[in-house]
Amino acid sequence: MTRKQKRLAVIAGGMSFILVAVLLVMFAFSQSVAYFFMPADLAKADIKPGTRIRLGGLVAEGSVKRGQGSTVSFTVTDGTGNVPVTYSGILPDLFREGQGVVTEGAFDAASHGFVADSVLAKHDENYMPKEVADRLKKEGVWEDGKGSKGQANQGQANQGQNTGAKGTATR
Amino acid sequence: MIIEIGHYALVLALATALILSVLPVIGARRGDAAMMALAPTGSLVLFALVTLSFGALTWAYVVSDFSVANVWENSHSLMPLIYKYSGVWGNHEGSMLLWLLILVFFSALVAVFGGNLPDTLRANVLAVQAWISTAFLLFILLTSNPFLRLDPAPAEGQDLNPVLQDFGLAVHPPLLYLGYVGFSVCFSFAVAALIEGRIDAAWARWVRPWTLAAWTFLTAGIAMGSYWAYYELGWGGWWFWDPVENASFMPWLAGTALLHSALVMEKREALKIWTVLLAIMTFSLSLLGTFLVRSGVLTSVHSFATDPTRGIFILCILAIFIGGAFVLFAWRAPMLKAGGIFAPISREGALVLNNLILTVATATVLTGTLYPLILETLTGEKISVGAPFFNMTFGLLMLPLLVAVPFGPVLAWKRGDLLGALQRLWVFAGLSLFAGLAFFYIQNGGPVLAIFGLALGFWGMIGALADLWYRGNFAKVGFSVGVKRLIGLPRSVFGTAIAHFGLGVTVLGIFAATTFGTETVVEMKQGASVDVGGYSLTYDGLRDAVGPNYTESRGHFAVSRGGVEVADVWSSKRLYTARRMPTTEAGILTFGLSQLYVSLGDAMEGGGMVVRIWWKPFILCIWGGALVMMAGGFVSLSDRRLRVGAPSRKAKPVKARLEAAE
Repeated sequence: MTRKQKRLAVIAGGMSFILVAVLLVMFAFSQSVAYFFMPADLAKADIKPGTRIRLGGLVAEGSVKRGQGSTVSFTVTDGTGNVPVTYSGILPDLFREGQGVVTEGAFDAASHGFVADSVLAKHDENYMPKEVADRLKKEGVWEDGKGSKGQANQGQANQGQNTGAKGTATR
Repeated sequence: MIIEIGHYALVLALATALILSVLPVIGARRGDAAMMALAPTGSLVLFALVTLSFGALTWAYVVSDFSVANVWENSHSLMPLIYKYSGVWGNHEGSMLLWLLILVFFSALVAVFGGNLPDTLRANVLAVQAWISTAFLLFILLTSNPFLRLDPAPAEGQDLNPVLQDFGLAVHPPLLYLGYVGFSVCFSFAVAALIEGRIDAAWARWVRPWTLAAWTFLTAGIAMGSYWAYYELGWGGWWFWDPVENASFMPWLAGTALLHSALVMEKREALKIWTVLLAIMTFSLSLLGTFLVRSGVLTSVHSFATDPTRGIFILCILAIFIGGAFVLFAWRAPMLKAGGIFAPISREGALVLNNLILTVATATVLTGTLYPLILETLTGEKISVGAPFFNMTFGLLMLPLLVAVPFGPVLAWKRGDLLGALQRLWVFAGLSLFAGLAFFYIQNGGPVLAIFGLALGFWGMIGALADLWYRGNFAKVGFSVGVKRLIGLPRSVFGTAIAHFGLGVTVLGIFAATTFGTETVVEMKQGASVDVGGYSLTYDGLRDAVGPNYTESRGHFAVSRGGVEVADVWSSKRLYTARRMPTTEAGILTFGLSQLYVSLGDAMEGGGMVVRIWWKPFILCIWGGALVMMAGGFVSLSDRRLRVGAPSRKAKPVKARLEAAE
């Protein structure tokens, strides 16, 4: 091989590696990306059982039921729609009725319920999943800061303190 | 008063940084020695001012001065003292101040250790550092001032986020920032070189130790963060491909590439332009990480508060520095003389392969991290890109690199002999495959393909030893002479071998823990037992306990093996009183390199508890490997060549001598 051919071979090798990477990324996007929905969207969108999605909303008051072993069922609501969800596993520490939640999983073909394999946990008591917060704010069901404390949190002890002192919790 | 002094020091620091941004550059252009000499002195003053300011904030935390809003929001008088110290950076404002402190710390280091740099280069590098300092000082003073007062002062603070009340917070952010921000020095060197329009092998020799130091700290910081998330969050996972994790991982990947390309430049004067570009990209990724984490576009434990003005401010910093650097690069790079050429099969060729794979892998992580954000901005559609995406793309793309790693060090510079390398290494490759098989057989279970994964881990470890084996020429000269030959080698050779060995250990840990690990979720009543990973756990009921600023119910488990009790473990649910926030404290038992991980779930009707138990075989290899990599970094850093540094005038003869030593 001449020097020129060698250089071409090296460049071709590098390019093909990049091409493989690009194809891989595109393939992986088509396979493993989960779209986000809220209960009201589901009426419009036709989601086939088995398609992985993220389902977000508020955990409906009084809907959490513990089943056999570690199975839990609850309802995710956004004021308009309700979706029954079953989940098997340990719920995050901050999972509560009336709080925002994001679950990931798929609809079950037989029961038409949503089977979640992960329930998004967060590390802060004021937390409202961003996707959920954006939507609920738009629809006026929930307000930033004040709302999360006011309507959702059982731990009201520090509510006055939070809203009292120049609204830091809202920021 | 002390708070006001801290605040004032920060304002003075801004003034200093502004002066430092301008005068040395002018001095370097005019050849004015006095103006250039301002740079090192000014950098030390800047460091002193920011340290004073940081000290003032720390003091406010330690004495629980709740008249400072930042302290009130993030501290509590009952908090243990160590968390009062670490709580300083457990919030947005404080962590930005730490970022700045480390930035000016690195500037000061350059000022102190940069005595052998040419005056103009040193002045320019320190000025570029000062540009970055100015931007972040403005950011802190205008949008995230930690010194704001509350009037009247509240009697008690709101407590630090309980997840952050952990030893991990004391260690993880400083280490991570030392890495993240350490790359700023490489960036400044690159920009300074572009300003001067001159770059040579000596440049690479000056940049290498900084890259190495930053890389070493970043390795430690990421490993520490991963271990922290593992034991603190109670989900048993050690890497979630969370955007915030990716934000620190991308600079690491790019930094690893930079480390290797700077080597080519130092030894062979090739890849000059690429190395400069990589230095810019690495710090750009650090800045991008800061933006992702601090702007509130992501919700995570790292984004403490969301304020749109901050996001826009950091985005501006990002655009100015990254954009500016790339414009400068596009303008100046063609003026740099391209370096030497080399055969594709050679040490340089192997390092280019390393760079190709690492940068492409970084690009996939970047795509996966930014795509959801971009899509949401453009179309409003919300998607999540999770672990499956990254495993499929990043995981697969890294495999060839892991196979190739042991080949690099055994190939010669300039013109390597692939066949010869294969001849030398095939025994070791066979050994690795055999070790993988044996490991799989002993552990028993999991998909057969995992054998190759395990073998890949062993290949990294054995390949590193093979490198030393051939360097010492043990086969020909015998053991004692071989050891002597090894001792005579430069330390960077050992650094390379140790770091590559560590990479192998981590890979082995990843494959072993995912292949042989088990997860059990059961409902347990008092006295019930469950078998996990060859151990039997008996649940012994809940006890209530009270900590300094929390209450907890602790579940007690007795662990036995073959009927003999070997250990016991407590796993608890805590409620932090000030924030009414519950957390799960996992119980972790270590057996050799493996761990038993017990996490409590909810209480069931009838007195049972849901318990989640993981058996994590060889999981400690994952972080242990990172520690070994870090050790490799430090050994390499202690190499005489890097410590002494080669003055520019003597660059030529020194270089010749070093090549002889190789």
